[in-house]
Amino acid sequence: MITEIRFFLNNREVSITTDPLKRLLDVLRDDFHLFGTKEACGEGECGACSVLKDDKIITTCMVPVGAIQGASIMTIEGLRESERGRTIIEAFADGGAVQCGFCIPGMVIAAESLLAEHPHPTDEQIRLGIAGNLCRCTGYDLIVDSIRLASERGDGLW
Amino acid sequence: MRQTPIGNPIRRVDAVAKAAGTLKYVADYHFDDMLYAKMVRSAVPRGKILSIDLPDLPTGYYFISHKDIPEGGKNQLQMIKSDYKCFAENEVRFIGETIGLLVGPDRGELEELLSKVDISYETQPYSVTIEEGLECKGGPFVGDDNLFCDFTIDKGDVDKVFKNADRIFEDEIRTGWQEHVHLETNGAVALCEGDKFVIYVSAQCPFYVRKSIAGLINRPYEDVIVRQTATGGAFGGKEHFPDVLAGPLLVATYTIGKPVQLIFDRFEDSAYSVKRHPSRTRFKTAVDDKGNIIAMDIDVVYNAGGYESCSYVVLQRGVFHATGVYNIPNSRVRGRAVATNTFPSDAFRGFGAPQTLFAVETHLNHIADSLHIDPLELKRRHFLKKGDVTVTNGHINENVVLPEMLQQVLDQSGYPEKVRTYEKGSYKGIGISFYNHGGAFTGNGEQMIIKAKVRLKKNRNGTVDLLIGSTEMGQGLQTALIKIVADALQIDPKYVRYPNPDTSKVADSGPTVASRSTMIVGKIAERAALSLKERWNESDELTVEEEYEHPEGFPWDQATFQGDAYIGYGWGACVVEVEVDPLTFEVNTTGIWSSHDVGVAIDELVVHGQVNGGIIQSLGYAAMEKLDFSQKTGFKQVGLSDYIIPTSMDFPSQRCTLVENPYEYGPSGAKGMGELVFNGASAAYVDAVSRAVNRPIYSIPIPPETITELIS
Repeated sequence: MITEIRFFLNNREVSITTDPLKRLLDVLRDDFHLFGTKEACGEGECGACSVLKDDKIITTCMVPVGAIQGASIMTIEGLRESERGRTIIEAFADGGAVQCGFCIPGMVIAAESLLAEHPHPTDEQIRLGIAGNLCRCTGYDLIVDSIRLASERGDGLW
Repeated sequence: MRQTPIGNPIRRVDAVAKAAGTLKYVADYHFDDMLYAKMVRSAVPRGKILSIDLPDLPTGYYFISHKDIPEGGKNQLQMIKSDYKCFAENEVRFIGETIGLLVGPDRGELEELLSKVDISYETQPYSVTIEEGLECKGGPFVGDDNLFCDFTIDKGDVDKVFKNADRIFEDEIRTGWQEHVHLETNGAVALCEGDKFVIYVSAQCPFYVRKSIAGLINRPYEDVIVRQTATGGAFGGKEHFPDVLAGPLLVATYTIGKPVQLIFDRFEDSAYSVKRHPSRTRFKTAVDDKGNIIAMDIDVVYNAGGYESCSYVVLQRGVFHATGVYNIPNSRVRGRAVATNTFPSDAFRGFGAPQTLFAVETHLNHIADSLHIDPLELKRRHFLKKGDVTVTNGHINENVVLPEMLQQVLDQSGYPEKVRTYEKGSYKGIGISFYNHGGAFTGNGEQMIIKAKVRLKKNRNGTVDLLIGSTEMGQGLQTALIKIVADALQIDPKYVRYPNPDTSKVADSGPTVASRSTMIVGKIAERAALSLKERWNESDELTVEEEYEHPEGFPWDQATFQGDAYIGYGWGACVVEVEVDPLTFEVNTTGIWSSHDVGVAIDELVVHGQVNGGIIQSLGYAAMEKLDFSQKTGFKQVGLSDYIIPTSMDFPSQRCTLVENPYEYGPSGAKGMGELVFNGASAAYVDAVSRAVNRPIYSIPIPPETITELIS
């Protein structure tokens, strides 16, 4: 049952020998100590545990680590080192998107995923882009504004 | 003189660390030899525990229960009331009540062991609803009437007025449970540090936790150090409830000697945690021949669940807000909190006020309908103003700027025109509501009970530390208080540090509740900063401490609830516009406009975020957040796929404005606002839907299936 899984984690090749059914969320937090990926619902509803798998957004509480063999995983710890990631984070800070912050790393991942597809999204596209990420504090308006701000400031990055 | 207005936004001090994922929440803490805990809970709503059969526990695994409380320790959590047991002993009062903890090194093994714990009960008939509680179904389990509290306040002469009233309107309005859904679930870690015990916890009130649990192991408060970890939302759900985790953990670490972590998963956090009190409010309202309200007789009952905890205080606030923002010349309000066999109800943003404010707004809409006038006409006629007498025979001490706020929302929403053009039953509707929220603790509670202190320390390098027990939980308090201190000291906010509290290192500035932190703690911090500024050159290192000072001239009698219940109120006006699908009865909200008086905003962007979030949480309360009792899991809608909260697609972007109205006793003129912004949108939404479908509505929530029932 115990299997070796090799994948790319934040642009670095890694391997782990573990139960392939272990949730990717637990692998990231417990084995790689990447605590920016949060658990809030455990059933793929809230998006707090979002990461990018081969540039597509996934919820890591729903993905067994066996399913990412050979894939490229980008967590908030990797994204924040990039210019795109920094641009989104700065825009979130300046635009008032952050309150309790628990959903925010997942929101930043969702924003990156959205902007990669729509570099200049409409408000409707932004709302759709974060529809899988729940936030209980902000009512979403300032998150939408902040993603628009990131898109403007980061013109050409995506 | 201040160079720039304090309200100009600065970047929140915690924003980048949170967005970049570098800030540590409680689940991100790990300690050597740390063990994990799973809670063993009651599976029945009411009964006697006959036996607890445990599986064989492997070495290194423990079962912790009331039997582990050391001699001299008391098996109780000291909340406002001390009736909440840390561990159930012989009887259980609700599904999910703590019986014990299973503790050990492997979480998978703990799950396995938990599934093999066999508890047998002698079950008893139980009560769930307010009516069942009042009828003492199954026999009373609190006193001889199941009432935790029952009190009445009178203003004028209600009985006399009713004798001569032109018309009398009777109504019954209900609200349901609401789950907080802070995105971060509850969690705590307990460990030993020398001869002291330390609790790391996601919580609003570290000093509350310390006070609540130290008695379990018969130690003075100082022997239990509470360190607040970054808190991923709270909304009242982390006011007293963290004690329910920290208490058993303290007993566990006391017994075992190793660090023990307990983090709830979402299922546990939604099934087995406190909720907003369901309510039933009955009105009898007298109207004269000119259509003026001359008296109200109001009967408020809150479903408190299995333990009292803070229900008496929640109920007081509900009762004191029961006539809304209106000057009713004669009123009587009776409040009761009834015990039922459901998970205890507790603090939730608004703290009892949202229930009665929703009720009075909706009741006035019903009266307006009967009088064939627009609700706005009825409501604006009775707006409170400075000098008016409140339900507790105190006074409104501030200028009330509701007319200005009303004008803003009317202009922006086009309410008058839309009321004329949207016919009732046309599936288009617009609704309006007004609300307020008394700032800080009721009456003289700040002076008599809380006695808040603030400590400021000037360091050698010129930075200043703000050392207080008040907590950041997302509402922006760290940023607000840093701005207040920096403004008073006339230094850049970046030189002021405000770490998360550690009860062994900070002054007790009181709990982070009741919309008191900016208004009360902020004012003390402002005074401390001015005092530090005066003494700045005395020494390289300097500590100043200031205490709360109660303004003169606001009498209050806590025994009879007479006088100025609140010195200052926040005020709000909200308009909501909807379209209802005539086939599915799904509601599409097409506009949300609000205006608030928060005194002076300490940071306009922070206030903007609070308004947006509070209104959406209030709309969720009205529109979708349905929570039913289940005999199996306590609540039926558990987890985020069943308990539905608003997503980014459910409501449109909002238009929100402020009317500045400086508050004499607040820092830079600020008042409380975190709860205010929750208090009113639900009533405006229900008003809009009610007009759109041309049906009176008497309770929330109103998901589409409920609207369908109303129509058919």
